[in-house]
Amino acid sequence: MGLITKFFRRRDWALTLVGVAFIIAQVFLDIQIPEYMNLITDAFLLNNADRVLSYGSEMVVCAFLSLGASLVVGFILANVSASVGRNIRIELFDRVQSFAVQDINRFSAASLITRSTSDVYQIQTFLARGMQVCIKSPILAVWALSKIWGSAIEWSLIVIVGLVVLLVVMFVTLHFAIPKFKNIQWLTDGVNRSTRENLDGIRVIRAYNAESRQEERFEQANGELLDNNLSAMRYMAPTFPIAQSLMNFITLGIYWAGAGIIASAGSHEQQLLLFSDMIVFTSYATIVLSSLMQFIGIFRMLPRALVGLRRIEEVLATETSVKDGPETEGVEGSEGVVEFRDVSFAYPGSDHDVLEGISFRVERGSTFAVIGSTGSGKTSLVNLITRFYDVTGGQVLVGGRDVRDYNVRALHLRMGYVPQNAIIFSGSVRMNVNYGSGAESRTDEDIRKALRVAQAGFADDLPEGWESHISQHGRNLSGGQKQRVAIARAVCRSPEIYLFDDTFSALDFKTDRALREALRRETAGSTVIIIAQRVGTIMDADTIMVLDNGRIAGIGTHRELLERCEVYRDIARSQLTEEELQ
Amino acid sequence: MSEPAKESKGGKLAPGRQAPGPTPGPPWARKEKPRNFRKALGELFRHIGRYRYLILLGVLLSMTGSVLTTLGPQYLKDMSDEIYRGIDSGMDMQVIGSLAFIIIALYLASVVFNTLEHYIIPATSERIANLLRRELVQKINRLPLNYYDNSSTGDIMSRITHDADTIGDSCGHSISLLLTSITTLVSATVLMFMTNVTLSLVTIIPTVIGFLVMRVITSRSHKYFVAQSRNLGAINGHVEETYYGHDIVRAYNGEEASRERFMEINDALYRSAYTARFISGTLPQLMFFISNLGYVLVCIFGSMLVIQGSITYGVIVAFIVYVRMFSHPLVAITDAVSSMQTLAASSERVFDLLNAPEMEDESSKADLSGKVRGDIEFRDVSFSYIEGHEIIHHFSLKVAAGQKVAIVGPTGAGKTTIVNLLMRFYEVDSGDILIDGVSTRDIRRSRVHEMFSMVLQDAWVFDGTVRENLVFNGDEVSEERIVAACRAVGVHDFISSLPEGYDTPLNETSGLSVGQRQQLMIARAIIRDGPMIIFDEATSSVDTRTEKVIQKAVDDLTDGRTSFFIAHRLSTIRNCDVILVMRDGRIVETGTHEELLAAGGFYSELYNSQFENCD
Repeated sequence: MGLITKFFRRRDWALTLVGVAFIIAQVFLDIQIPEYMNLITDAFLLNNADRVLSYGSEMVVCAFLSLGASLVVGFILANVSASVGRNIRIELFDRVQSFAVQDINRFSAASLITRSTSDVYQIQTFLARGMQVCIKSPILAVWALSKIWGSAIEWSLIVIVGLVVLLVVMFVTLHFAIPKFKNIQWLTDGVNRSTRENLDGIRVIRAYNAESRQEERFEQANGELLDNNLSAMRYMAPTFPIAQSLMNFITLGIYWAGAGIIASAGSHEQQLLLFSDMIVFTSYATIVLSSLMQFIGIFRMLPRALVGLRRIEEVLATETSVKDGPETEGVEGSEGVVEFRDVSFAYPGSDHDVLEGISFRVERGSTFAVIGSTGSGKTSLVNLITRFYDVTGGQVLVGGRDVRDYNVRALHLRMGYVPQNAIIFSGSVRMNVNYGSGAESRTDEDIRKALRVAQAGFADDLPEGWESHISQHGRNLSGGQKQRVAIARAVCRSPEIYLFDDTFSALDFKTDRALREALRRETAGSTVIIIAQRVGTIMDADTIMVLDNGRIAGIGTHRELLERCEVYRDIARSQLTEEELQ
Repeated sequence: MSEPAKESKGGKLAPGRQAPGPTPGPPWARKEKPRNFRKALGELFRHIGRYRYLILLGVLLSMTGSVLTTLGPQYLKDMSDEIYRGIDSGMDMQVIGSLAFIIIALYLASVVFNTLEHYIIPATSERIANLLRRELVQKINRLPLNYYDNSSTGDIMSRITHDADTIGDSCGHSISLLLTSITTLVSATVLMFMTNVTLSLVTIIPTVIGFLVMRVITSRSHKYFVAQSRNLGAINGHVEETYYGHDIVRAYNGEEASRERFMEINDALYRSAYTARFISGTLPQLMFFISNLGYVLVCIFGSMLVIQGSITYGVIVAFIVYVRMFSHPLVAITDAVSSMQTLAASSERVFDLLNAPEMEDESSKADLSGKVRGDIEFRDVSFSYIEGHEIIHHFSLKVAAGQKVAIVGPTGAGKTTIVNLLMRFYEVDSGDILIDGVSTRDIRRSRVHEMFSMVLQDAWVFDGTVRENLVFNGDEVSEERIVAACRAVGVHDFISSLPEGYDTPLNETSGLSVGQRQQLMIARAIIRDGPMIIFDEATSSVDTRTEKVIQKAVDDLTDGRTSFFIAHRLSTIRNCDVILVMRDGRIVETGTHEELLAAGGFYSELYNSQFENCD
């Protein structure tokens, strides 16, 4: 619980304090009610019948005031829990936003989404219900106990025995059941994973007649979940009936013992007073036990909330692995220059170098292409320029300065990056094209030009033009359309450096060609770095670098490489015919 | 009172694929109404077989338990009267003692009954959920593939996980709660009226009024819960797209815009969440107040009646207990009804899936096992995914054993459909497909699958080691064969560089590129060593150089076996025996690469478009 409170801001604390004040008021009133019962009973036992009604009306007032106080408490605590949920969500969102790509991959985006949404919701729900009980129950129990204290020793003993029994039952149950409740989370994850696996691989599974194998795998996870939950239930089953009957047993015990106590009292009047004490005493005993029982209920919810909280903590404890530098400007005169100096790179946690001894320089306004086989390190190379990852050796320079010295935002401001899989946000076409920092200062003319260069003329033909709504993940666009919108987004920024990471393979040859021609025409002065699989896409680049297994296999123009570079020749031959090679 | 949103066991979010539901919001925060309440519950209870007797037993136990509990105050009344009388005439401890024993017996019996009920009901529900999950997963393996063309994975997932869990959580519980509450209510009412009419009315009237007030509050507040649900859905969507698009958000410095939008939704969510929470939190407070008020009224009216001499003091004692007993069940009943609504909605969704038509049962068909030659014939085959939209029209084709067939054509021409039909993933509308002269309709589906080593475009790896993924559902395979296959497709070096080599577990985060996955899939097919081969865009994400390595392995594999290739990159199919050029569900050209180029038709047009930009 100590962990949750760190998400309380000042206003939440202030509100909680006010809430506590009202809770105390409410407890006072609730405790007052049986007290009046005592007065009423005394009054008529001692033949003061006229007092009954006046005590009675005061009692009704108490009940109404208690309702009023409880509504205020309810309002305040509902507000605090929702506000704390909001705070946690903001912290998580900001933290994830600050993450480098490698930090995201450590958790996986799917897991981060669950943590930012349903885990927070669990905690918020727990707070909403739990805070009230956690604050009110102890106050109520202690206060009611203090009322009981000082009466006949037998009665106090009975209540104490009852309390001890309840606490023992609670402890035993929770001790055995809580680990089981904790397991539910990951056992359920296992069932879900196994289901998703079967659904995603349905064709392969059928082609390999592997249905029963998958069902066995699923059944294993399903069975584990069942066993765990059944044993949790075995422990939980007696708790509630025992706790509930304990209230009844205590009432009974108090009466039974009361008979003896009253019988042994001196005067008739004393006996009558003891009788009315007895009635009130049971009311207080009931209050004590029922407030403890509410606690049990909360304990059942606790493990789930704690698991969620721990998962959230994990995210918040992770610092972004890409640290900001101070510089916002490159070295005078080197705008648009990208240089690698003996760069090597290994993914975090791996000692296998994906890139090794990479050195090259791309001059301003030139087109630089990278080609190589699957796993040769092409994408890693782009990730180093954008600082999604940091080099493990050597230096990457943009605009004459080490990328690590830049303020990351200032670095990104220079780039138009388009990854292999087009990422489209829900919103209008306009919002998707005119995206990110500086969006306010870009005009319709910039957007029009960007769409034209990206061969995304289809945007004008949409029912509402640029304002047409694109649904989540761009579901209402085709693959090629998404890619063109993503390219337009880069063009719209008129960046110093374009980074196309295998962007063009989703396009047909015709569009690919038209696009590159338009780019060359309209973006003169910008540096273009293209990663590609098709020789056709890159053969007219100023410089082509061939990567093989993380090392440079050759650098030069298309013709030079055809002559000198075995690897390049292989690639080219596999795609083009002899006459096309000439 | 019911929560605005039912908590689930967490981790059920299906990222990227939100189930289309009647109410917005993620599955863990959804509340639904069933189409046909009675039918849905009826079906559920018929379906669960012997479990319903267990539930019945639990309900009976619990009903008995609650009757016993309501009897308690009667004896408590006698006991306190006895004590009160004792003040004047001396305590009769024996009578008091025997009354106490009766009460103890009553309470002990109710503890036993309630404990049994508290185990039987949830345990049975859990078993029911377990059963349904198992049946659902078996069902997804018996559904024809076209079911998946029409529904999203997220939706099916949510039926198997979220809905089955909901049934597990509430199927026994809600019914037991409903019946027990009714029993308590009826039994307490009868006993109260038997004891004293005035005090009964004093107890019941405020409770009923309070209950009606609660109903009004609940129905008026519906819109806040809907708003909360909608905002939860919105924030879910925004977070999802921001996290998945993280590299773009970062590279374009889009953090501020995204945060602005996030704060907007988050604030809206905060406002709707606390309103909804406040309203639902009011209800237990109200119930507590009613119980308090009842207590007060019983004290006042009771005392006056005692003074008039029309009741004994013990009656007040009994009613003080009844007041606490009475307010709870009314709330529990509303709770149970709303939980049964959710239950019915969930079981509707579960049975929609369970009752979906399955593939034909084939246990009576011959399990043809002899050697496969590999002659294949399509005889006038027509097929449509959606009725009325035929996409394969009178398709006929003869392939001799050992031939290599390539199928090319633009997207949507029906290339994949042809191999889907050959694999009997789908059934033809008319016409017939024959393997070695036998109609595939007369061969068991599993046997047809066995005849092919198939590599699909989507490279599917499951949670398991590299080795398990390679041997997938195969028998014992020797290490040499596995390594040889991986060497052949050029992925052996990569696997060896993994921390645990062939025993490295593969999962979402193990960082395999799509190309590497495809290499693994091809190795899997080589290890499987089926008599015929199908490659459906098997190397689409493999670069051309690796593809050349694979080509060699594939040539070896397909040597002498009937093989089908679908590829976008025409360079990979140049040496096939027959190239079928498809367009709009028909074969428009047939021939070898050279013949087709020479013919200068659609194929040569396709082929040349690859290079038209070359200098």
